[in-house]
Amino acid sequence: MELLKQIFVEPFEVMYALPDLLLQTLWEGFVSGTLYSLIALGFVLIFKASGVFNFAQGIMVVFAALTLVGIHAFGVPAFLAVILTLGVMALLAFTVVRVVMKPLVNQPDIILFMSTIGITFILIAGGQLIFGGEPKAMITEELGLPTGASDWEVGGGIVIFQHIDIAAAVIAALLIAGLALFFNKTKTGRALRAVADDHQAALSVGISLEYIWVVVWFAAGVVALTAGILWAAKSDVSFALQVVALKALPVLVLGGFTSIPGAIVGGLIIGFGEKLFDLYWGVPILGGGTESWFAFIIALLFLLYRPEGLFGEKLIERI
Amino acid sequence: MLKKLILGAAALAVAGTVQVTTVSAEDTLYIPSLSYRTGPFAGAGGPISNGFADYFNMLNERDGGIGGAKLVVEECETAYNAQKGVECYEATKGNGALAYNPYSTGITLQLIPKAPVDQIPVLSMGYGLSAAAVGEKFPWTFNYPASYWSQMSSILKYIDANGGVKGKKIGFIYLDVGYGKEPIPLLDKLAPEMGFEWVGFPVGVKEMQNQGATWLNVRKERPDWMIMWGFGAMNPTAIKEAAKIRFPMDKFIGNWWAGAHADLEPVGEAGKGYKASSFSGIGTDFPALQDVIKYVVDAGKSQAKKEDVGKVLYNRGLFNAVIMAEAIRAGQKSSGKVKITGVEMRDGLESFVLDEARLKEIGLEGFTAPITASCKDHEGSGAIFVQQWDGKTWNRISDLIPPMTDVVKPLLEEAADKYVSEQTDWKTQSCG
Repeated sequence: MELLKQIFVEPFEVMYALPDLLLQTLWEGFVSGTLYSLIALGFVLIFKASGVFNFAQGIMVVFAALTLVGIHAFGVPAFLAVILTLGVMALLAFTVVRVVMKPLVNQPDIILFMSTIGITFILIAGGQLIFGGEPKAMITEELGLPTGASDWEVGGGIVIFQHIDIAAAVIAALLIAGLALFFNKTKTGRALRAVADDHQAALSVGISLEYIWVVVWFAAGVVALTAGILWAAKSDVSFALQVVALKALPVLVLGGFTSIPGAIVGGLIIGFGEKLFDLYWGVPILGGGTESWFAFIIALLFLLYRPEGLFGEKLIERI
Repeated sequence: MLKKLILGAAALAVAGTVQVTTVSAEDTLYIPSLSYRTGPFAGAGGPISNGFADYFNMLNERDGGIGGAKLVVEECETAYNAQKGVECYEATKGNGALAYNPYSTGITLQLIPKAPVDQIPVLSMGYGLSAAAVGEKFPWTFNYPASYWSQMSSILKYIDANGGVKGKKIGFIYLDVGYGKEPIPLLDKLAPEMGFEWVGFPVGVKEMQNQGATWLNVRKERPDWMIMWGFGAMNPTAIKEAAKIRFPMDKFIGNWWAGAHADLEPVGEAGKGYKASSFSGIGTDFPALQDVIKYVVDAGKSQAKKEDVGKVLYNRGLFNAVIMAEAIRAGQKSSGKVKITGVEMRDGLESFVLDEARLKEIGLEGFTAPITASCKDHEGSGAIFVQQWDGKTWNRISDLIPPMTDVVKPLLEEAADKYVSEQTDWKTQSCG
């Protein structure tokens, strides 16, 4: 009886009594959700174009952020450092496609997946060799990202909007919208969709597989750099950041591995869900710490009942 | 060709996790260093290993080693991974290792049962199993200069002296692994006795940099004080989140693994007022540190940047080397030998005296609380001090705070008895 009360009554009593906390939770969930969506988008882009689940996406977030901070540490102005970092990510995209992807064309998916694990180790070792393993502060102010906060008084309490969080949500939303437009409305975007549908058919009409792959790996690099800047501003730039990218996995399961809208909706569901669940149900019933597994339970349920996700393509194979 | 190069580099990266060489010489003392310069906690591992190695190198350069024997420090990279730590242990123990300093509670727990078998002591300086402080039950394990339980009791004493704990709510945010949970029994014991309420906020390893939900809970619970048992990337994230919800920084106190320069430098001004406990001095204003700079750092024999010498974790590693060096001297003295073994090192760890006079003699006056090693007490004084972040660096703000020995000691003995009862063929010792 007590448990039923904890599940069905008390959370809503707290929501009613502390409306500011509820609104703060929803805001935090929204900010986290947009960042999860952004990270998930990096996975989706490469999966759509090549059918490869890019295990290296998490370390790409760290590598891009480290490169930016590392270049800036040499006295390069922040915005020039961003451009140079984008150059490094472009070089990385080109190298990955030429050295890893191209020689493995037509190999089974698991081989390509394993190759991205190899890329992960190379980026970890390379990042530590070049930049060292110690944590670094993100150059938030130098990049012109806002600091400070605005308060909104509501229900006798306050909701705090950190300006960096507002900027993160806006930048993530703009980047997602920009990439969605690019891949839906441009010639390269149409070529990408052709490649995603059928490699051989795309090749037969003159689409360069190599060019498309370089474009999507670079786009994933841009997403990684953006996610790295925005997430590191909340903590620091360290190799532990790559673990945050694991949160994209349940997002992908929810939204579907091939759907950009799915990545957005999935990210928001996970963002809102984990914050609300932990605060109102996780702590009172389970003692807290549910943020680390809640998203994966949701993903597991989806795998059981809707394995293609909310927006993914249903895979039907004849045997 | 390029592909071969990359594949070769990848193979080297994997093989490089355990790199050791055979070391044996008549006039050397071999000290393995289980380092973690890579992985999620590299920010802590690097400075600790640098301070540890530099002190021994300074003794080599300045004094020709200890008792005429040169000290050979060899690093083995664990990436803070318990499995790799054990691999390092197995790969180096045959080289005449004097003692192991695992710098990880996970690795320490793996090595505790191995120590009596291989007869190589484990010095888990201020971490690991709190119960190892009971020398009669743990003859081969040491946790000078304080256990986690002693530390927590000192922190509570500090809070009590700064506004009182009675009737207060204390939030305890911790890394949700064995290390973070270690002081929970003490909180459970002291809460009713001292009249405070405590509420826990676990942070999973995967959520170290994603603590939004945790701090919403803190805001909901409204604790009067927050105590943190964090490590690595968890620390700056927690302090930034605390600033975000406007938790008063001077009521937020971390343990000695949540109070390094690496933890607060990414936070900067936002962390102003945050406190942490510590047992090792800050800065280079000690003759021993000046010698390290003169003989090692300026001579280009250190992996540390000069500006990092004297920072919290560098000095922590250095202090670890000081305890090792003092134990080596004691071991040499009691055995009458220069080249001692693990057995004689263990004796040294039970007999060295690092009192105020000795601290002054070795150039570390006021650096830490004095320690008088003994067979019974493998922890030492257990005293800590509190330091505070001023937005740019750490400053010591309290005198030494001794632990609540009357409360902690029975708990340690109870936990030691429990550990021993769960082992088979565990050898204890009698201290007379």
